[in-house]
Amino acid sequence: MNVGFYMIVFQYTDEIGAKTGWGKYQFFVFLATTWIINSIIQTFFMPNAQKFSELIRTGDFDFALLKPIDTQFIISFPRIDWSSLSTCMMGIGLLSYSLYQLMVVADDPLVLAWPVLFLYPLYLVCGVAIMYSVMISLAATSVWLGRNQTLYNFWFYLTNFSRYPMEIYKTPGWGMGLWIAFTFFIPVLLVVNIPARFLARPLDGMTSANWQLAAFALCASIGSLFVSRRIFKRALRSYRSASS
Amino acid sequence: MTATTVQDNRISLRARLTTWWVILRIAMEERFVYRGDFALGTLMRFLPIITQIFLWTAIFQASGRPEIAGYTRNTVIAYYMLTMISRAFSSMPGLCGGIALQVRNGEIKKFLIQPVDMLGFLLLGRVAHKAAYYTIAVVPFAFVFFLCRGFFPGWPEAPVFIAFCLSLFMGFLLGFFIEASLGLVAFWFLEVSSLVFIYNLLSFFLSGHMFPLDLLPVWAHDIVSVLPFQYLAYTPAAIFLGKIQGPELWTSLAIEACWLLVFVVLARIMFQRGIHRYSGFGG
Repeated sequence: MNVGFYMIVFQYTDEIGAKTGWGKYQFFVFLATTWIINSIIQTFFMPNAQKFSELIRTGDFDFALLKPIDTQFIISFPRIDWSSLSTCMMGIGLLSYSLYQLMVVADDPLVLAWPVLFLYPLYLVCGVAIMYSVMISLAATSVWLGRNQTLYNFWFYLTNFSRYPMEIYKTPGWGMGLWIAFTFFIPVLLVVNIPARFLARPLDGMTSANWQLAAFALCASIGSLFVSRRIFKRALRSYRSASS
Repeated sequence: MTATTVQDNRISLRARLTTWWVILRIAMEERFVYRGDFALGTLMRFLPIITQIFLWTAIFQASGRPEIAGYTRNTVIAYYMLTMISRAFSSMPGLCGGIALQVRNGEIKKFLIQPVDMLGFLLLGRVAHKAAYYTIAVVPFAFVFFLCRGFFPGWPEAPVFIAFCLSLFMGFLLGFFIEASLGLVAFWFLEVSSLVFIYNLLSFFLSGHMFPLDLLPVWAHDIVSVLPFQYLAYTPAAIFLGKIQGPELWTSLAIEACWLLVFVVLARIMFQRGIHRYSGFGG
């Protein structure tokens, strides 16, 4: 449905944002990257984060605390929702098709430089790490709130900002404020933008600002994991069992 | 007709109205328990509007056109905001799945042995839910619409506004009876989650929730315009923005009423046929 919507949009425009470089197939690479990262999150982390909220409410979290293994690890990985991986497969399909279209176009075809084959997966992992950090931090709020039923909604609304090229926010006024907030403080804008930028557009077209942002994304993913770990640990200290 | 029969009918009607009122009141009280969560949840629902503003600003800038399919940047954003109202009326979260679950686990038996009509009971529950929702959601809705008033061309004329309200009301009923019909398929299939998934997907795209349907190519627009989905999101918004005017406006409302009648009758027939197929075991 998303592809259908953007195919309609691209009937009226050549790019998302004037001179941003996000043409039809470049943007489909972006969209496919969004699907791949989101499906990894939905498959491996979302069911566990939702379960975590319920464990807090029912008091069953005590059992996780008693086990001789790191609590964040045992909370983050026990359940896998394999059906969500279908979106990842569709993402890989769309990615392959879009890259093929970009590479066979007569005017200025895309040539994939070999470092991209290493950089794209690396930044996918960074994107997943940032998303996981945001999710585990949100899930940890269940300890203070007792129950966090709107976790999925809040997660969806927050990560909604990451689903579009960051250039659209770079406008004077509160657009720039959003760009700064979601790039440097809650770095969800880096999640898809950086890997999609490496794959969809030529590497030699990267400006120094692009490289700086890519370097920052590496630091941001490590920093996000560190901060989310601190939030989780802090939440554990506030935990009071709900069971008898 | 004898005097006793008339009196019995009056008592019966009074008793029925009392039952309906009790059902409505209980459902309202249930909904008001989490009013804080309600208000916060409603406010959060407007967050995607922020991204839509930036997305459509970028699209219009890149296209170099002041209008796309008759919409300016501002009217597209106003459209999205209005579809949030129409979807708040026509969406029925959990209705299909709830009916299917009741058929599967045998809970539906209670409607067969009690003098309560299942569809009427569920409809009253939804009326209560929407009434409670709007009582609380009116504050965040008014706040966001006030902030975004610059995107709107202004208030429509009184007849257009009445038509807008009418289309919202019929959209609510149409949404209810479409989803109830889908849920009642459970009498035959037991599990309807795949059907609901397909319906939600189609509805999101074809109702105009995702984008104004006027953006579709002519051939696709012709197909979509004969389906009932457009009345769930597109039609109320298009009426408010003056995209549907004059005789076309009243024709559109009449067709919506016909679709409503079709799904009311369909749901009734499916329920009657379904309970004849239904088998309940155990206590």
